[in-house]
Amino acid sequence: MKINIKGLILNTFKESARNKMFYLLIFFGILFALSSKLISFLTLGDAMKVLKDTGLAAINFFCVLIAIFTGINLVYKEVEKKTIFNILSKPVTRGHFIIGKFFGLALTMLLALAAMAVIFFLLVFLVGGGFDLKILLYFFMLYLELLIIVAISLLFSSFSTPILSFIFTVSLYLIGHIMWTFNEFKMLLQSKLWIKFAQFLYYIMPNLDKFNIKNDVVLDLPLQATTILFSVLYALVYILALLTVTVMIFRRREFI
Amino acid sequence: MRILEITNLKKTFHSNFLIKKYRILKGIDISVEAGEIYGFLGPNGAGKTTTIKCIMGLLFPDEGEILINGRPADTIDARRPIGFLPENPYFYDYLNANELLNFSASLYSIPAAAARERIDRLIQQVGLAGFERLKLRKFSKGMTQRLGMAQALIQDPDFLILDEPFSGLDPIGRKEFRDLILNLKEQGKTIFFSSHILQDMEMMVDRVGIIINGKISRQGKLSELIAGSTRCHEIVCSQISEKQLALIHPNFVRRDNQYIITLDNEAEINLVVESIIHNNGLVIAVNPVKKTLEDIFLNEIGEVQ
Repeated sequence: MKINIKGLILNTFKESARNKMFYLLIFFGILFALSSKLISFLTLGDAMKVLKDTGLAAINFFCVLIAIFTGINLVYKEVEKKTIFNILSKPVTRGHFIIGKFFGLALTMLLALAAMAVIFFLLVFLVGGGFDLKILLYFFMLYLELLIIVAISLLFSSFSTPILSFIFTVSLYLIGHIMWTFNEFKMLLQSKLWIKFAQFLYYIMPNLDKFNIKNDVVLDLPLQATTILFSVLYALVYILALLTVTVMIFRRREFI
Repeated sequence: MRILEITNLKKTFHSNFLIKKYRILKGIDISVEAGEIYGFLGPNGAGKTTTIKCIMGLLFPDEGEILINGRPADTIDARRPIGFLPENPYFYDYLNANELLNFSASLYSIPAAAARERIDRLIQQVGLAGFERLKLRKFSKGMTQRLGMAQALIQDPDFLILDEPFSGLDPIGRKEFRDLILNLKEQGKTIFFSSHILQDMEMMVDRVGIIINGKISRQGKLSELIAGSTRCHEIVCSQISEKQLALIHPNFVRRDNQYIITLDNEAEINLVVESIIHNNGLVIAVNPVKKTLEDIFLNEIGEVQ
């Protein structure tokens, strides 16, 4: 059986890449990254550190916005506009459809991140810095985080409206960056059942802080290869689990 | 050989919170033979689109079986030889016709060179030549319908399922689509199409299935459904006054200098003809008026209601 997901991936990529919102967010991402150069001039201290700190934060913020805004609309729009009829009536399973959407969006995010990364590296050169492998590693880790966000938004998009998907995805994104509080919260609990529940939540929620190595990059701290490797594995397993759940939900959907 | 076989298909929709049930399909049986044009006729809301969506795997039946070439319809291998045109098709408005057809071809893994050749031919065939590069958001309803037909034909399917294919087309477009469908039949394709436009259906179909309130009320060869079914008789006469004619039979109309008398009862023919001749009138013709698909359809609706 010949399966062609390439067409679905490219079409998803085209859909996102022809969306004005996509370019607007990339534009703002680049604008804010550029403005970090200005901030670095106006601030006391190490200009390079300020540039890295604000520039990388700006890129992170706008890439996350692109991932959420594009992801929450992907499946919903196909169902709402009934374009899905033309796809699922062809030799395409619902699983192919979801995987095609995911990789198409992954390609879009790669393009967006690459565009911002190139601008950022140019800025670093302008301020007098050289090529820093750690910055590249930062972008790689950010990309993994973006893939998880894309998978989360795709999951919610497969059964709910864009507004609800936005609320759910943003909530999980925020929770994913304060996962350390779960351990502290667990200390306050008395009942074993509640402790187990808190532990369960800790394991199923996306631990997005694993991918945040900005401080290590900005302050030039040493990075452990095992930590990076574990984060990569974590991302792969988490994405696989999310896509599996999405396909399971989507297989049960009817299109009236 | 049977291409499509539907047995006891049932489908219920639920309102929000599962409070109310709507039984849309109440046990549908349909069989479509290879090489025929099957017309699926029914009023709005009868269950035509629901049946088609069940065939295409967009809805899941509650009960029943759908086989395509002997295979369960919910497998992708069963769907591979089907070309499908949904009702009021929607396409990605950020693509142009060429890109959309390329995308459709890619889903069938058609090699690029073969796809290009096929797309060029289809664009001509459906009458979209010159509009290949126009963004679909600028397409009219009729153009979208033509493009829908082209994407349904992209893999040169053996079996076409068309949901209201004439919707949105002007009379010329309808004629072109009719010719296209008849031409596809000549090529040996099987066509299953739904419509509520009786005229188009009567001109094309080999067999017809009438669905009313979620049930097939009648199914069979169109020629058999219509054959031997005389609705009434018409007597055409002249050289007689209206006053005289009114005494012979009250049910007549004047057309130019002729009168047309409509008789519901066959037994009246001789008596009326003799009376006209007796009054020195001229009997020009006695014509049986055959039942049309519309008569059968309206009759079925009347019986069900």
